[in-house]
Amino acid sequence: MKTGARTLIEALQREGVDTIFGYPGGVVLPIYDELYDSSIRHILVRHEQAAAHAADGYARASGRVGVCLATSGPGACNLVTGIATAYMDSIPVVALTGQVPTALLGNDAFQESDITGITMPVTKHNYLVKDAADIDRVVREAFYIARTGRPGPVLIDLPKDVTTSQVKAGTPVPETVSLRGYQPTYQGHVRQIDKALDLIARAERPLIYAGGGVVLSGASAELLEFMETAAIPVTTTLMGLGAVPGDHPLCLGMLGMHGTQSANYAVTECDVLIAVGVRFDDRVTGRIETFAPNAAIVHIDIDPAEIGKNKKVDVPIVGDVRAVLQALLRRMQKHGDTANWVSRINAWKAQYPLGYGDDGHLRPQYVVEQLSDILKGEGVIVSEVGQNQMWTALYYCFRKPRTWITSGGLGTMGYGLPAAIGAHYARPDMPVVDVAGDGSIQMNIQEFGTVAQYDIPVKVVILNNMYLGMVRQWQELFYDRRYSYTELPPVDFVKIANAYGIEGITVGEKDGVREAIEAALAADGPFVLDFRVEREENVFPMVPAGAAINEMIGVRQR
Amino acid sequence: MKPHTLSVLVENRAGVLSRVAGMFSRRGFNIESLAVGTCEEPDMSRITIVVNGDDGVVEQVMKQTNKLIDVIKVSDLTQRESVERELALIKVAAETGPARAEILQIADIFRALVVDVGAKTLVLQVTGDTGKIDALEKLLRQYGIKEFVRTGKIALLRGAKTVKSSK
Ligand SMILES: Cc1ncc(C[n+]2csc(CCOP(=O)(O)OP(=O)(O)O)c2C)c(N)n1
Ligand SMILES: [Mg+2]
Repeated sequence: MKTGARTLIEALQREGVDTIFGYPGGVVLPIYDELYDSSIRHILVRHEQAAAHAADGYARASGRVGVCLATSGPGACNLVTGIATAYMDSIPVVALTGQVPTALLGNDAFQESDITGITMPVTKHNYLVKDAADIDRVVREAFYIARTGRPGPVLIDLPKDVTTSQVKAGTPVPETVSLRGYQPTYQGHVRQIDKALDLIARAERPLIYAGGGVVLSGASAELLEFMETAAIPVTTTLMGLGAVPGDHPLCLGMLGMHGTQSANYAVTECDVLIAVGVRFDDRVTGRIETFAPNAAIVHIDIDPAEIGKNKKVDVPIVGDVRAVLQALLRRMQKHGDTANWVSRINAWKAQYPLGYGDDGHLRPQYVVEQLSDILKGEGVIVSEVGQNQMWTALYYCFRKPRTWITSGGLGTMGYGLPAAIGAHYARPDMPVVDVAGDGSIQMNIQEFGTVAQYDIPVKVVILNNMYLGMVRQWQELFYDRRYSYTELPPVDFVKIANAYGIEGITVGEKDGVREAIEAALAADGPFVLDFRVEREENVFPMVPAGAAINEMIGVRQR
Repeated sequence: MKPHTLSVLVENRAGVLSRVAGMFSRRGFNIESLAVGTCEEPDMSRITIVVNGDDGVVEQVMKQTNKLIDVIKVSDLTQRESVERELALIKVAAETGPARAEILQIADIFRALVVDVGAKTLVLQVTGDTGKIDALEKLLRQYGIKEFVRTGKIALLRGAKTVKSSK
């Protein structure tokens, strides 16, 4: 016989779990007691939200399932933002929560909350385990559901009596999972694939619109081969950055609300749009009726519910992006001549480069450019949310998948620092940098405690504009500069870092930027860089809400 | 916008109904009626849902429902030959002799059963499709309907065809 808690730990080990991010409490004591001398490493965060984000960052950086653990009630509720963040970006996370004993369920017992009810809309699936004999099966199913099909978070709620009760040792664990209600389609329909190829062969102005699905399915090599073989330019979503090398001649950078001019013009002009692992989000499409108005649309996605959800498509292909791209490559016999189109795009690229004021002031874009220039793609970049996120997306050149970790769908401020912690445990071989805003960093700044305790060599680059900058930008542009509650008083972030025992430098001049970044990267441990940047810098280009994506403001022309 | 009748085969597990209903409400899909109960397989239940919406909306409803792990199969019976039934209980005022006689006559025409006879009321039970029950309700209104309750619609395909799990 063994306890439910022991059974749980063994089940996690069977799934290959090496790290758990968590925070203890009453009803998870039996689990923590098992963790005490387990081979699984447990990282004690300072807030459960950070545990969920760290598990998510771990998953994004590694491609494996991230795991977090919290106690019942407040602990479980604190996970919710992190779970919702993972859900919106289709990230495989398994969240374990303690629960009051089964006999007390529904009684408003101390620290009881209906976490399976609360998380139903933000999980791919969840479980309330009422019998310890189910633990093996539930853990196996949870990991399977989290990582297969369209990935997503799965929560397992474990009442205390379930983890303390005895289970018969040696009961066989099912090798494979088969759920009659869950059978993802991986192979694209051959007839649809041929229809897509036919469109591509006849296209004069084809464009690939690639998103997070390419990264999730590990299809970067296939996408690169496909775009190069057929000479089709590609634009990526925020989530798709790094799926193809940002400096590839056929790459147009990001599209959408803060997309590049060339990307947004290309979408508007293209005659065939090949949408790969994307979901036509409103931040990408702008006014949906005017998105790719002249194009026949091919949509490849593993989730059938995404196809036709926001935009009618001409050739839907349900399947794993990688498998479908392989099939496209296998079956492609000819492709159109895109030379004219590519040269037109190159002209746009030359005419409308990204840019910012060059008057010697310290601008946030410059900081990101320097970071990009120093790391040359050899690092994992995490961001917070707001202008800092958009500048990083625009000015950092991502060259590989899983080197860009950001909260896209939910846009969760406070995501970056804990996600960077998770990313470090996934990729200890890589420098991990959190590009932060002064507002966002203060949403989970307590995680300096975790960083310090485990000496996690995360580098935090704060683009400190003393504003909730992105909101201020909207107030400047659309609310007559009425800066209602968006100004933040100065904070000495280096002092805060120092208080936790973390090194840091404050930089106020352009001159000091490169040196500071190099010093931070050279340091063995964590490092905080507080860049006092131009306060009212804006993220441009920008598509105002409700406009078509080729109607950008703040555009530049060479 | 027309009503679609969906037959949803689900795992017979705690919480399944709230997963389905919760998904409908959060995605803004309007449930006209819903009926749930056991079915021919002991470990499954069948939910019959009537939703209103154009074809695009109903396609989304079906796809999103299908995504739930505990949902085994979703079919739109509207597109196919099916039998559909609802059941209603109607408590109608019947205080005078003539009213009573007329109500009984109407009940007879609708093949409704009189399941309770009180001093001042009658309770009728009627089964049929939505239109028939609506018609009866309308006719009885003139006498004064004291209480009215109806089940959600249930439906099955006609003939030998079935809505089964693909497994
Ligand atoms: C948790 C949360 N609350 C509120 C918002 C709305 N919001 C989006 S960007 C932003 C400002 C972010 O400020 P800061 O972190 O300083 O970044 P900046 O835009 O100045 O670079 C706010 C408040 C959000 N995305 N997340
Ligand atoms: Mg700021």
